[in-house]
Amino acid sequence: MGRIEEVFAEGKRPAFIGFVVAGDPDKNTSLRIARALITGGTDILELGVPFSDPVADGPTIQKADERALAAGTTPDTVFDIVREIRKESEIPIVFLTYYNIVHHRGIERFYHDAHDAGVDGILIADMPVEEADEICAVASRSGIDPIFLVARTTSDDRIVKIAKKARGYLYLVAAFGVTGVREEISAGAIDLLHRVRRHTVLPLAIGFGISTPAHAQICARAGADGVIVGSAIVEIIERNLQDTDVMDRELKNFISVMKTGLI
Amino acid sequence: MSALIELEDAYGKVSRDPQFKDDLTAFLAEYAGRETPLTFCPNASQELGCKMYLKREDLVHGGSHKLNNTLGQALLAQRMGKKRLIAETGAGQHGVATAIVGAALGIPVEVYMGEVDTRRQALNVFRMELMGAKVIPVTSGTRTLKDAINEALRDWVANVRDTYYLIGSVVGPHPYPLMVRDFQSVIGREVREQVMKKEGRLPDTIVACVGGGSNAIGIFYPFLSDKVELIGVEAGGEGIETGRHSATLCAGDEGILHGTLSYLLQDENGQVLPTHSVSAGLDYPGVGPEHAMLRDNHRVTYTTVNDPQVLDAFRFLSKTEGIIPALESAHAVAYVMENADRFDRDDIVIINLSGRGDKDVAEVAGMTGRA
Repeated sequence: MGRIEEVFAEGKRPAFIGFVVAGDPDKNTSLRIARALITGGTDILELGVPFSDPVADGPTIQKADERALAAGTTPDTVFDIVREIRKESEIPIVFLTYYNIVHHRGIERFYHDAHDAGVDGILIADMPVEEADEICAVASRSGIDPIFLVARTTSDDRIVKIAKKARGYLYLVAAFGVTGVREEISAGAIDLLHRVRRHTVLPLAIGFGISTPAHAQICARAGADGVIVGSAIVEIIERNLQDTDVMDRELKNFISVMKTGLI
Repeated sequence: MSALIELEDAYGKVSRDPQFKDDLTAFLAEYAGRETPLTFCPNASQELGCKMYLKREDLVHGGSHKLNNTLGQALLAQRMGKKRLIAETGAGQHGVATAIVGAALGIPVEVYMGEVDTRRQALNVFRMELMGAKVIPVTSGTRTLKDAINEALRDWVANVRDTYYLIGSVVGPHPYPLMVRDFQSVIGREVREQVMKKEGRLPDTIVACVGGGSNAIGIFYPFLSDKVELIGVEAGGEGIETGRHSATLCAGDEGILHGTLSYLLQDENGQVLPTHSVSAGLDYPGVGPEHAMLRDNHRVTYTTVNDPQVLDAFRFLSKTEGIIPALESAHAVAYVMENADRFDRDDIVIINLSGRGDKDVAEVAGMTGRA
């Protein structure tokens, strides 16, 4: 059983999936942040491979991308970070990135290097399922799960297409728009969850705007297999750039509090 | 993606609808001021040793070719029942053209503009606001055109149900490059008729500047299967060797930005590079995918001119013909000046004068130390 599959195995409670931008604010601090997330109880670690033009992300994550790039983060840096984590943890690791990063390195090489470093899944935010045949073939050869976004505007036809190609889990986009902390989880997100459930047995994780245990609880009670939290974590990093000890403590606290929503 | 499928369907429907075509043609004639003249330039021709013509897109209402596209897309948005238009702008010409159609059709407009550009094109910001559009300065990334597109895309995905994203060039995801090309092709279709009437034959050479590439594809497209030399001029900025330029086709390589596979200015890891040009309208690290194809199959020759040559051309056309070109269009003029010895006295050379230069006068005056 793969690492991702194991997280979603029968009888387990919904997964807490934490996202940070790899290399934010620099390689060593980023590694420390990853450790804090893992110690705090994160079930799947999503790492953003920074891109200069992250159009699917809101200002919080874009700034994290900018910090990482300013510190000189490259895909090679990110692979190094994964290798370091793999020395101490078997947590599933998923990359979130944009197609130009993958394409520029070469699809085969990117997936090969990712697998080699210990990556389990890759989500390319600007890769629609209609264009994803090559990516999925390479992913499958490399032993990497291709993970896809499903939005509230996604038609049932396209959900079926996406579910056929996706492995690992589906990333359901709760809100209209880009990543970022929001006040509440809309009823539309739960409708989406039920709609997608009719078409697939893949685990379904909800993200975009989830920042409180109450949000997590609403998703879990509605039957989500996981919740994805990014901007709320990145905000903690942004707030504590001057004091990484406080950052470390706040990250661990935040995750344990969030997980109370997932029992 | 759903929004793009909806747009593709809607555009497919209107392109088969004669009523839509009639509405657009009427608007272009009665409101935009088409057709625009194909002006012979006796003085410049004398000096450069060819028959030089200008396609006068500077005379389109608003001061550039941009209105050809915004009228088409705004009519489409209206048919789709969208209640709000958003746009990105670099030099401000597309923002102005969107503000114009918003006012004319009674649709609220919001324009994203890089903060750097709002400063160098303050006059256009004022024009947009005067026509009721809201200008939103973009402070992320490099604070120029590509970042304005990023913000507009973010707005669009958040408000996709009632908002129409009116892209200003042949860039972005399908169907935008195709749709914008179709709307801009009116330029080349007119040129074809006009040059046949005036000269009884097709031109030898057509020259246009290329940023995203909408004015160029608009004038090139109807000539693609003819024996006419087509030249696209990119912004060489301070020189390709300095790295401070916007010459995507001449100095970039394959990449994906804003949902398009094309040429791209990027570093060795695939990060998009900052661009530079004296003209804000060419300051874009990508380029329309159709230009990438026309480069690869050698149908169009792409080349560059640098900022100083552009400023010379700006002054030359103003002085010889009494026509102040936009700095963008001055790139095409500069190419003809630089390559004058290539042309014979009887060669018909048509320059797409995509916009007028009033917006640039203050900046050029500042650069040359004359207010």
